[in-house]
Amino acid sequence: MSVKTMLKFVSGLMAWGMSSAALAAWEVNMPVGVTEISREVHGLHMLIFWVCVAIGVVVFGAMFYSVFAHRKSRHPKPADFHESTLVEIIWTIIPFGILIAMAIPAAGTLIRMEDTRGTDMTVKITGYQWKWQYEYMDHDISYFSTLDAKSNEARRLGSGIDPATVDNYLLEVDNRLVLPVGKKVRFLLTSNDVIHAWWVPDLAVKKDAVPGYINEMWTQIDEPGIYRGQCAELCGRDHGFMPVVVEAVSQEDFDAWVAGKTGGAQEAAAEEAVAEEPAEASVEAAAEPEEAPAAEQVAAAEAPAAEPAAAEMSKDELMASGEKVYQTYCSACHQAGGEGLPPAFPALKGSAIATGDQAAHIDIVLNGKNAMTPFGGTLNDEQLAAVITYERNAWGNDTGDVVQPAQIKAAR
Amino acid sequence: MSHADTHDAHDDHHHGPVTLKDGFVPWALRWIGTTNHKDLGTLYLIFAFTMFFIGGVMSLIIRAELFQPGMQLVSPEFFNSMTTMHALVMIFGGVMPGFVGLANWMVPLMIGAGDLALPRVNNWGFWILPFAFTLLLSTLFMDGGGPASGWTMYPPLVLQTGDALPFVIFAIHLMGISSITGAINVIVTILNLRAPSMTLLKMPLFVWTWLITAYLLIAVMPVLAGAVTMLLTDRYFGTSFFTAAGGGDPVMFQHIFWFFGHPEVYILILPAFGIVSTIIPTFARKALFGYDSMVYATASIAFLSFIVWAHHMFTVGMPVAGELFFMFATMLIAVPTGVKVFNWIATMWRGSMTFETPMLFAVGFVFLFTIGGFSGLMLAIAPADFQYHDSYFVVAHFHYVLVPGAVFSIIAGVYYWIPKWTGVMYSEFWGKVHFWLSAIFINVTFFPQHFVGLAGMPRRIPDYNGQFADFNWISTVGAFAFFLAQFIFIFNMMRCMARKGEKATDRVWEGAHGLEWTVPSPAPYHTFEVPPEQISIPEDELTAVHDEFDALDGHKLT
Repeated sequence: MSVKTMLKFVSGLMAWGMSSAALAAWEVNMPVGVTEISREVHGLHMLIFWVCVAIGVVVFGAMFYSVFAHRKSRHPKPADFHESTLVEIIWTIIPFGILIAMAIPAAGTLIRMEDTRGTDMTVKITGYQWKWQYEYMDHDISYFSTLDAKSNEARRLGSGIDPATVDNYLLEVDNRLVLPVGKKVRFLLTSNDVIHAWWVPDLAVKKDAVPGYINEMWTQIDEPGIYRGQCAELCGRDHGFMPVVVEAVSQEDFDAWVAGKTGGAQEAAAEEAVAEEPAEASVEAAAEPEEAPAAEQVAAAEAPAAEPAAAEMSKDELMASGEKVYQTYCSACHQAGGEGLPPAFPALKGSAIATGDQAAHIDIVLNGKNAMTPFGGTLNDEQLAAVITYERNAWGNDTGDVVQPAQIKAAR
Repeated sequence: MSHADTHDAHDDHHHGPVTLKDGFVPWALRWIGTTNHKDLGTLYLIFAFTMFFIGGVMSLIIRAELFQPGMQLVSPEFFNSMTTMHALVMIFGGVMPGFVGLANWMVPLMIGAGDLALPRVNNWGFWILPFAFTLLLSTLFMDGGGPASGWTMYPPLVLQTGDALPFVIFAIHLMGISSITGAINVIVTILNLRAPSMTLLKMPLFVWTWLITAYLLIAVMPVLAGAVTMLLTDRYFGTSFFTAAGGGDPVMFQHIFWFFGHPEVYILILPAFGIVSTIIPTFARKALFGYDSMVYATASIAFLSFIVWAHHMFTVGMPVAGELFFMFATMLIAVPTGVKVFNWIATMWRGSMTFETPMLFAVGFVFLFTIGGFSGLMLAIAPADFQYHDSYFVVAHFHYVLVPGAVFSIIAGVYYWIPKWTGVMYSEFWGKVHFWLSAIFINVTFFPQHFVGLAGMPRRIPDYNGQFADFNWISTVGAFAFFLAQFIFIFNMMRCMARKGEKATDRVWEGAHGLEWTVPSPAPYHTFEVPPEQISIPEDELTAVHDEFDALDGHKLT
């Protein structure tokens, strides 16, 4: 702690004086944000803060003056007053007045925040352990957004990767939520498993995603940019690893993105089908979010919704891509070695499902069960075939089974 | 009346307690079977400080993992069970038994009662606790690990807990039974066993705050018991109270939990108000300012605590009318709380203050608790709360009211009364060192958490982006230093318990006036077997009063 910490402290101070990037590291206040509401909220926050400071100066001022001046050495004879109804009434009424003055603007902002009328578009956000699904209700677009691969690798216990070398460590995703600026966007929030909370500080929106409920909130972003947030409600072991990233773009860029997403989806799927290792292609795309334009990333994730070609694949191909899919989607719960985290997340190694009837195995991966997320909507046939083949042959399961994409297609 | 019954039941103890000199087994049986309020008060306090130590170690594991970005020490699920256990142990094992211990020791002495009204219930209430916490802590070694869904135990997440779940629920039931028996005992004692001339509005404020706290406990502990029982049946008996798929409602749990949880917050702070209201007048050598308004303010806070619970749930998706109601009601709590702070300062005003260790902790309490109150006021503003909610800002807020609030008050109370308990003075020098180290490092630990919270760091995460790194390592350094500083306190208190140090006078503090200072130091095993006639000690009569006491067994000689 000693030398290293001191160095860190000193270098922190130096950087603080020099660069704006380091300034963010010593950020002490709420962001002003990029929406009218976020600016109002920031204003309220600063108002109540200064009210508290003012009260604090008066109250602590009196207290410390008394501590200084009314100590026995300076003030040997105590006074003997001990009540005054008038004083009690005064210091009941004054705070009451201050509170009413605070409550009025706060109520105004609250009512505006909860007014979801007149929205231009709607995005449904569904929380999963531990990812977000975004469905554009007006555009027939739907995809998942998970922690990006670099952060995901670096955040493993004993990964040996310095988080400082990962851009936007824990605050980057494979597929961002793309929104147009200047439009009132309504969010519908729900959850598929446990309670999550969707929070982007720059937009001043935070609301819980509760299973069985659909919560509403809205935002209208003024400036294009990338705004980052995180899940705010404890949702299990990877609660700290399901960021929210919003990419606000101009209306033209958004339209182009939508066109690329909806019109280009079949094209993208067709391309993928002829690719040698289709599953891997999508994993690669997910791993390089900085280079890939948003439209392309989403196209890759969107692929499962399109019609995939049911080509035969070799066991080696399936095992190779299956391992990658497994590490991305399954290992958080079932662990890299298939040992699981019983009893919530059962082991796959030597399990009845992974070594028994193929159809039951395919069914549970496709449709989910209890805490197990259904992957039918997330992964395409090749990815599912690959991961199931992998699970049936890895870690000494050695069933020798090969599951082909056609079997998945038939089981859907 | 009831006084005489208690007296007879204790006849075998009449000539002082069994000590280790009488042999280990009789000594151990004495502590296991004791019904003496002083013995049980001591046991409660030792238990509480043991739990503070265990909970403190858990917080150090949390802070060590958060020292820098990246996962270095523990897995995320273990991290989650540390945050969960830290809260359960500190709240139910540390602060609550700490206050019950002080009530056990001091309420009878302050009201002139021979003991608590229900001594056997008192014994039972204490001895449940070691079993409850052994059970709770043992879950860390079970399949699936300890509870990891936060101390709030929100479903559906809590239903993913492993084998630990039923054990945690049973442990919470046991803690609840212990709290309720303790609360009933305090109420019955205060209402029935006061010295004849002590009317309600002449009771010391510590007694008043505990009376109100005890009613809060009786009102809400059964609610918690009901909520966790519903979790149990949801998990094991096929009910769907909180499962949306079965027609249940996960948000309902939060309403029930916080209907318990918010009064619980005041259970953890009202006795602290009482302790501080006792200590400040003593060292200011001036009567408490606005005694009546202090009582009314305490009662108002207790009432308001029942109608503000949903401010813990502003982001859950309530109708706007509900959000407005809970925002206004929550802001209202600032009024009686403000009255208390103003009254403490008015008590200090133009007093003649000295700053022995209890006073330092009491003044530190007023200052730092008020900072926690300010952040509480900010949190009441619902639109801003959408930003603060579930961020480190909230973590900073409730640690300010709980550590330099509740915990400082317990420490202040122990320093204040331990000369009466043991008959020797603690080391004033080391007491002051302990205070200054605690006061400095508690701020080093928790103040930066306001900053990271506002900048966007959620609570209950084991790892974070580099933008939060600097304040986090500062916070970790502060936490370790604060923890180490507490050993000064432990050694200081052990020295008193070993009867090493300057002999304490009976009155101990120049400005003390309560009944507890009329008995000899150390307090005899049995006190006030005959109710005292006067209820506080005027300056000049003090010596005369304790001359009447037989220092050995507390009998009046005349």
